[in-house]
Amino acid sequence: MEKRAVFSHKLLPYALLAPQLLVTIVFFYWPAAQAVYQSFLIQDAFGISTEFVWFENYQMLFSEPAYYGALLTTALFSTAVTVLSLSLALILAVEADKNLTGAGLYKTLLIWPYAVAPAVAGVLWLFMFQPSLGMIGRSLHAFGFNWNPYLNSGDAFTLITAAAVWKQISYNFLFFLAGLQSIPKSLIEAAAIDGAGSTRRFWTIVFPLLSPTAFYLLTVNIVYVFFDTFGIIHAVTRGGPAGATTTLVYKVFSDGQAGGDLGGSAAQSVILMLIVIALTAVQFRFIERKVTY
Amino acid sequence: MVENRPFAAILSHVILIIGVVIIAFPVYVAFVASTTDPTTISNGQLSLIPDHHLIENYAKVLFEGTERSTKQPMIVPLMNSFIMAMIIACGKIFISLLSAFAIVYFRFPFRNTAFWVIFLTLMLPVEVRIYPTYKIVADLHMLDTYAGLTIPLIASATATLLFRQFFMTVPDELIEASKIDGAGPWKFFIDTLLPLSMTSIAAMFVIQFIYGWNQYLWPLLITTRDDMQTIVIGIQKMLTVTDALTEWQLAMATTILAMLPPVIVVVAMQRLFVRGLTETEK
Repeated sequence: MEKRAVFSHKLLPYALLAPQLLVTIVFFYWPAAQAVYQSFLIQDAFGISTEFVWFENYQMLFSEPAYYGALLTTALFSTAVTVLSLSLALILAVEADKNLTGAGLYKTLLIWPYAVAPAVAGVLWLFMFQPSLGMIGRSLHAFGFNWNPYLNSGDAFTLITAAAVWKQISYNFLFFLAGLQSIPKSLIEAAAIDGAGSTRRFWTIVFPLLSPTAFYLLTVNIVYVFFDTFGIIHAVTRGGPAGATTTLVYKVFSDGQAGGDLGGSAAQSVILMLIVIALTAVQFRFIERKVTY
Repeated sequence: MVENRPFAAILSHVILIIGVVIIAFPVYVAFVASTTDPTTISNGQLSLIPDHHLIENYAKVLFEGTERSTKQPMIVPLMNSFIMAMIIACGKIFISLLSAFAIVYFRFPFRNTAFWVIFLTLMLPVEVRIYPTYKIVADLHMLDTYAGLTIPLIASATATLLFRQFFMTVPDELIEASKIDGAGPWKFFIDTLLPLSMTSIAAMFVIQFIYGWNQYLWPLLITTRDDMQTIVIGIQKMLTVTDALTEWQLAMATTILAMLPPVIVVVAMQRLFVRGLTETEK
C-alpha cells in the first residue's frame, strides 16, 4: 500500500530519519558486527596481541560440556514455561470468555502481572519459597520435603519456572481472550443446535480457530524465556546451584563478566543472534500466512 | 453463553477465582511482609494478616535505606527508574513518529533500505550483543549517565511499524487539502497528523513506559554508582548480603514500590494498554 499524495522534499526525509537511524547503527548494527568479528579472534591473556582464528572459538564452545548444559537448561526451561503458561492462560481465557457477571473485573485482575518486572517476579517467588523463612518453603519442610533451591538444582529450576510462568500468564491470557472473542458466536451456536456439547464444540471449532493465536504465542513465549527471564535468574539463583539454571543468555553474561574470553563470549552471542533470527523468521512467515488465511 | 447451565457458570467462577488468587498471592505475601518487623519474618512466623509497621518500613526504605546492604534511600532509584522510563517512552515515540512520517509521506532514494534497517533491529535484542554495546557506551563516556541508560534502548522498530501502519490509514484527502491550503510538511505533521495519532501515541506510551521501567540487564551493566541505579536493580542488591541478614521487610517494601507505578499504569489505562499490546504485535 502506498500513498498517492506525498510531499516532495530533498533533504527533509533524511533529517527525519536521522535520529532513529543513528541510534540503530551506533547501538545495534555496529555492536552486532563487532560481535561477529570478535567471534573469529583470540586475544592473549594480557590483551596485547589478537589473532584471527576462523572458527576456533566456536569449536572450543562446542567442546565445552557447560555449553551443552546451558543449551539443555534453556530447552527444558522454554518447554516448561511455554507449555505451562499457555495451557493455564487458555483455561482462564476460555472461562473468562463466557458471559459471566464480573468478566471485566476478572480480566483486570488477571492481566496486571504483565507490568511486573521479571526480576521482581523472581524475588516475590523466592520470598515465598525461601527454605528457612519463606511461608511455603517452611511448610514444605514441615511436610517432610527437603526443599532448598539454594542447594538443590531441581528445586532451583522449579522456582524460576514458577516465577516465569506466573509473569507470562497475563500476556498469553490477553491474546487468547482476544482470539476467543473474534470467533463468530454463530459458529458455536450452529454447532450447539446440531447437538455438540461444550467439550466437543471446544475441540472441533474453538481450538482449531484459535491455533494461529496459539502458534504466535508459542514463538513469543520462546523469545520471552530466552531473553526476558534473565532478570529472574540473575535475581534468584545467579545461574546456580552448580550451573543448573544457567541459560544461554545468562552464560554470555557471566562468562563475559568473569572476564577474559571475549572471543568465546562473542561466539555465544552470534549463536544467540542466529536463534533469534530463526524464531523471528518463523513468526513472520506465520503472520503472512494468517493474513491470507 | 449458548446454553444456560447454572452449575457450569459456578464452575467457571470457581476456576477464575482460583486463578486470580494464585496470581495475587505472591504480591499479597510481599505486602504483608512489608508491614511486619524483621523478627517475625526471620522466625518464619509471617501470617496472612498485615501488621502495623507499614509506614515505618516504607519511610525507612524511601528515606534511609537498609542498614546492612546498600544503605541507600530508595527514593533515588525510584526517581531514576521514573526518569529512565519517561525518557525511553517519550524518546521512542518521538523518533519513531518522525521516521514513520518520513517513510510514509515522502518518496526518496533508499526509502525501503531505511525501513528495513529499522525493521531488522527486532532481531537484535540487547541480550545478544551485551558486551560490544557496553564497550561502545563506555567509549562514548556514557556509563553512569541517563544518556547511557536510555539512548541505546530508544530505537524502536515496533513503534515505527505501528505509526507507519496508522499513517497508512489516514485518508489521502487530508494531505491534499492541506497542500491546497499551502501547508508544508511540518504544518501537516503538527496540525493534522499528530492530533489524529493521539490514541496510538498514548497506547504506545503505556507499553514503552512499562518496558523502560522494567529494564534489568542494561542498567545492571551501565550503572555502577549507587545514585544511578534503578529500583529493580536496587531490590536485587538488597538480597546479595548473606541470606540470613537480608532485611526482608525492607526488601519487600521496595518490591511493592518497584511494581506499583507500572501496575497502576496498566490498571488505570487498561483499554490503551490492551490496544497497545495487541497492535504492536501485528
